[in-house]
Formats: sequence, C-alpha cells, structure tokens
Amino acid sequence: MTELANVDTLIERLAQQLPPLIRQRRMERPVMIGIHTGGAWIAERLHEMLQIEEPLGTLDISFYRDDFSRIGMNPQVRPSRLPFDVEDRHVILIDDVIYTGRTVRAALNEIFDWGRPASVLLAVLVDRGGRELPIAPDAVGQKLELPPDQHVKLQGPNSLSIAIQQTLV
Amino acid sequence: MNLQLDSNGRLRHFLTIEGLPRELLTQILDTAESFSSVIGKPVKKVPLLRGRTVVNLFFEASTRTRTTFELAAKRLSADVLNLDIGTSSTVKGETLLDTLANLEAMQCDMFVVRHRDSGAAHFIARHVGPGVSVINAGDGRHAHPTQAMLDMFTIRQKKGDFAPLTVAIVGDIMHSRVARSEIHALNTLGAGEVRVIAPRTLLPPDIEDLGVRVFYKMEQGLKDVDVICMLRLQRERMEGAALPSEAEFYRQYGLNQQRLALAKPNAIVMHPGPINRGVEIESSVADGPRSVILPQVTNGIAVRMAVMAMAMGAVGEPA
Repeated sequence: MTELANVDTLIERLAQQLPPLIRQRRMERPVMIGIHTGGAWIAERLHEMLQIEEPLGTLDISFYRDDFSRIGMNPQVRPSRLPFDVEDRHVILIDDVIYTGRTVRAALNEIFDWGRPASVLLAVLVDRGGRELPIAPDAVGQKLELPPDQHVKLQGPNSLSIAIQQTLV
Repeated sequence: MNLQLDSNGRLRHFLTIEGLPRELLTQILDTAESFSSVIGKPVKKVPLLRGRTVVNLFFEASTRTRTTFELAAKRLSADVLNLDIGTSSTVKGETLLDTLANLEAMQCDMFVVRHRDSGAAHFIARHVGPGVSVINAGDGRHAHPTQAMLDMFTIRQKKGDFAPLTVAIVGDIMHSRVARSEIHALNTLGAGEVRVIAPRTLLPPDIEDLGVRVFYKMEQGLKDVDVICMLRLQRERMEGAALPSEAEFYRQYGLNQQRLALAKPNAIVMHPGPINRGVEIESSVADGPRSVILPQVTNGIAVRMAVMAMAMGAVGEPA
C-alpha cells in the first residue's frame, strides 16, 4: 500500500519546485489559476507562499467537460473568475490531483476563451497515473500509480487533508 | 409522473413552473448565475451543446424572447434554426405533427415553442421522440416559464432572499401567461406575499386559489411593496369590452411617480416588455433609477442558457 504524504508537505514541495521553474522559463509576473474546487484550495496557499502579485483566478471547468452529455450537468457550477487579463501572461495552473488529463484539457480550453496566454505551467499536488491524454504536469508533490478502483480525495477548505479512498462502483 | 422530469427527477422539458420543486427552480437560478460569467468573457461561448441543434418554433410573433433564446443557444455552441411558421409548411396544409416529424428526421435535439394556444408546448412534448426536449416560450394565456425565471433571477440579484419580499403584479392578469408563471414561481420560491392589482374585468375568477392577495386599487396594493411587476396590456388578446379605454386604464392602473412613491423606497420595477409607454407605465418610471427592465433582458440570456443546458443534459444517459 502506497503511503501518501500529508497536505502541508505536498504543498511545501510545490512551493520549493515552482520558483526555479518560473526563473528557468523566464515567466515574468506570472498569474495563478486554481481549478475548482480542490485546485483552488491548493492555489490559495501557493498564491500566498509565492507572493503572486495579481489576485488568484479560479476556474470551474464544468461547462468545458467532454463527458457532459454522458453524466449531465454538475448542479453546483461556480462562476469562473479570472480577475486579470490572460492575454500574453504566464499562467501557473494548479490542480489537486491529475488522473486522465481530461480536466486539464478542459481548463486549457477555457483559459484560451479568456485570451492567449504567453505560457502555461501545470502544478499538481498528486499525480496518480492513468493518463488518457498527452498531458504532463511540470511540478508534482507526489507521484503514485493507483489502480482504477482507488482515488485520491482532498478535503477542505478550512483544514486540508488528503487520503486514498476506495471508489464506490 | 411529471412530463417535465426524467426518471431521475432531472429537467427534460420546461413547459410550466407549476408542479416543479423549489430545489429545481433554485438550481436553474444557480446555473444561470454561473452562465452570467460566460457573458463577461472575450469569447462569449461555452462548448456545452456543440453539435446539438435547437429549433426556434415560433407560431406567434416575438422579438425579445426569440432573439434571447437564439443568443442563449449560440452561446452554448448549439446550431440554431429559426422557423417562422407563418411562411412555412403549415400554410400549405401540413399538420403540426407532420412538421415536427420532419424536423426530428433532420436530427434536431430541442424545440423552443411559442404558440397562441394554451397547451401547445405540452402537446408537442408528448409527441416528440425520446431524445428531444421541448421548452415553452409562451403558450396562449397559460405559461411563460423562462420569463418567470428571468424575473426571479432579477429579483434574487437585486434583493437576495425571497422570504421577506412583498411582490405586486399589476395589470392585465386575465390574459397574461407571464403573471401565471410568476405567481407559481414566487410561491414555490417562498416569497413573503404575492399581490395582484387589477380591475375586476382583467382578473380570472379563481385567482385567489393560486395563492395571491387581490387588490383593485393601486393606492392600496402598492403600499410598502419591494417589487412591482408590471404587465403589458394584451390588446391583441382582448375579447369584448373588458376595458372602457386605454386612457381610463392608465388613469387607474398606470404606474407613475406618485404611485411608485407608495412602494418601499428601494422597490424595483419590472416589465416583461414590450412596454406600452403611457398605457401601463409612465416613461419617467420605465427609464428611471428603480427600473430593472433592461437588466431583465440581459438576465434572460443566462436563464435560457441554464434551462437549455439542463434539459439537454438530462436527455443523456443517467448518472
């Protein structure tokens, strides 16, 4: 059984990895966007730790999902908020867990409807394997290979905790 | 079994407010709120209904409703067909069901229906195939549910909670599908008090049964209300002499500044349009700071997006 590090450790790892990446890619005055809901919670912490000057953006990608016609609409869709102009900006995109890659695909599509970013860097707390699309994170808190019947669950927002759970079928 | 819901209780057709649970109405308002952020993006579109076809089936003239339905469908990336029935096959003698069967054979996914007869949208919903949704864009005197929901959205946007509100609906209640849908929506969402203000000749006989307080005089009915919903005088639906004259109607029931002053100081004024200036409402009120008539039009797009997306989603495989 794989052990999952605690949330604070994982966030700390991302906070360590990101500044060298940002320098290396010459991302000047980057903006940060968290994917609703877990990604937004993580982004809130990183946004403060990295002292990003623009306010944090959040995306709810429900309207961009590719499985909409199969699962119907999520009843609680929050409005996406990007309180800055994406055009020509360097974007740090944050999600809690990367699995198939479909959420990130949807998030990229939505970001491009707001403008053309100069670059996008992807940081995730946990990469659990199982990709179905050619999408890879640039910064990862922890890498795991989970079987399809397990998933990683982030709980929050007040005190964050993360755990591996059995998926109910 | 409610014709409007699928076996999971999700919206399949949107025909009337009557009989829908409060949770579903709230879900429509919440979803519309999410869609209102789409309108602020440089690309005012989401790919939700890409590849789906929406047919606007208008048997009765409409500008605002048809164009906002068209905009809503386009912002969801659907393809839109506008069918002006006056100039199409029905004049050549084709029946309504034959027209529908032909449209379905062209693989259309949704019909937005406006018709002068009450019950027309229900009739169509009962006859479409299993994958097709029907939205009522106004049928006779019966219902205009998307108009009522955009009014509810506007009220919630300006006032927050429904519970403490007193809402007055003023004018031609008898001929108004908007009034009926608004009354059902306000009562389902738990508005504190719903009033109707009209002359006896423009009130249906059992109106109290819908859960409203009836007033025959503006001076009494407008006292301390939070929201005033004006209605258009339905001259084209008027049969016989329900009114002495428009001038007389305006003298007794027109909303002017003096009467507006009877409502709460922060009361808002709504109207579904098109407004008859100097018949139901004074221009200075319609264009004044308390009027939310134009925000209602803007909100209509987000609300219609919500209803279309929800109905089309429910048609897919169950979760």
